[in-house]
Amino acid sequence: MIKVDREKCIYCGGCVSVCPVNALTLLETRIDCDAKKCINCGICERFCPVGAIKVIKGGENADS
Amino acid sequence: MQIPEQVDVVVVGAGPGGSRAAREAASLGLKTVVFEKRQEVGAPVRCGEGLGEAWMRINDIKLDRSWAKQEMHGAVVYSPSGKKIVIPTENKGWIIDRKVFDKQMAIDAGRAGARIFVKSTVYEVIKEGDIVKGVRVRTPYGSFDVEAKVVIAADGVESQTARSAGINTVNNAHEVDSGFQYEMVNIKFEHPDMIHLYFGNEIAPRGYVWIFPKGDDIANVGIGIIGQHEKTAKEFLDAFIEGHPEMFGEAAIVEMNGGCIPVGAPLSKPYMSGLMVIGDAAHMVNPIHGGGMGTSMEAGIIAARTAKKAIDAGDVSEKFLKQFYDEWMEKRGKQLLQVLKVRRFFEKLSDSDLEKLADMVTPELLLDIADGRKAKTFIKIISKAPKIAMLAAKELL
Repeated sequence: MIKVDREKCIYCGGCVSVCPVNALTLLETRIDCDAKKCINCGICERFCPVGAIKVIKGGENADS
Repeated sequence: MQIPEQVDVVVVGAGPGGSRAAREAASLGLKTVVFEKRQEVGAPVRCGEGLGEAWMRINDIKLDRSWAKQEMHGAVVYSPSGKKIVIPTENKGWIIDRKVFDKQMAIDAGRAGARIFVKSTVYEVIKEGDIVKGVRVRTPYGSFDVEAKVVIAADGVESQTARSAGINTVNNAHEVDSGFQYEMVNIKFEHPDMIHLYFGNEIAPRGYVWIFPKGDDIANVGIGIIGQHEKTAKEFLDAFIEGHPEMFGEAAIVEMNGGCIPVGAPLSKPYMSGLMVIGDAAHMVNPIHGGGMGTSMEAGIIAARTAKKAIDAGDVSEKFLKQFYDEWMEKRGKQLLQVLKVRRFFEKLSDSDLEKLADMVTPELLLDIADGRKAKTFIKIISKAPKIAMLAAKELL
């Protein structure tokens, strides 16, 4: 599961494009993560151009 | 607002590729609908905004100064140690305003007869067996099933449409660049009619920093780096800007944007019965400079013409739509695959190797190499550095 820092996120959708299990979606300014699909791989966290994503193991869909 | 229940072509996404495809399809007399998930076409921008004039000819786009902000006549390349190579070019390019450009492309599609719905998200395709028969879309007017003879997926790097149809468009995390950009004003630069590219593993690992002048003292200042790095693209760009007070000391930021740049191979099968995938969604991007507008629009035209042929023939099977891919490969795909080899070669070079190359190779040859041409000439010229030459022979031939 991931936590998206809404102050940092520029909603570019890059994380959506690299998610290997298609857990992420972008609609306008909001990234959503499907907790049932997320495998905590960290690819999106390392990709994010602005460091807005943190993997939270065992967390809920936390969108601060 | 009435969403049509049955059309010839659904285009998903109103970026340059989708809008150009829609304009072509509508011009050919096909009943065409575009669904764009954003409420505002063109915003937010995810692009350095450079477009070669050749692409306007190839894609039949009339230059308009409302979006063409600044004419470019070449590039200034900076090696890791700061060695400056000025490369004037005969072929012109433009730094454009994507918000205005994308809107104009949509307007052109609308004028050609395409119906466009914004704030309308296609969340999956309708399939019968292995054949795509339409899309499911959520709009401000309600949720609908729309039947289509052909669907053209032009929904960018996120590409939900093709994924829902069963085509894996996920970008390999090591085959993308992480991009970040500021639009800045009050910059002091030399050569405001050239793009500026800064290379070096300390500056931008596997990528480069760009300054794309947009007229007067304004420019896009951006960076692309390897997609999996412990430091972010933003951190690298901020460090670069701080390191160049002579340019940015008095500058102000008026926009911030970023995105994912697919720099690997294009999808090997961007089509199936009833569906064609174009642009970023199909990874149709130049793997060296990351440009994708021109290739997307070109692929959009090919897809729309193929749709017309398929619908006229009453055959939207995978076998028929393969024509789209074959034609695109011939026109562009093969070149992009060669450019990918060049990128992989450059990726293996150290900063000192890059310095050696900068001393041996003429700017003109550098441009040819970056376009996937003249590999043999290049290898001959760099034979004074046998290790690099051998690597080049292995990677490029």
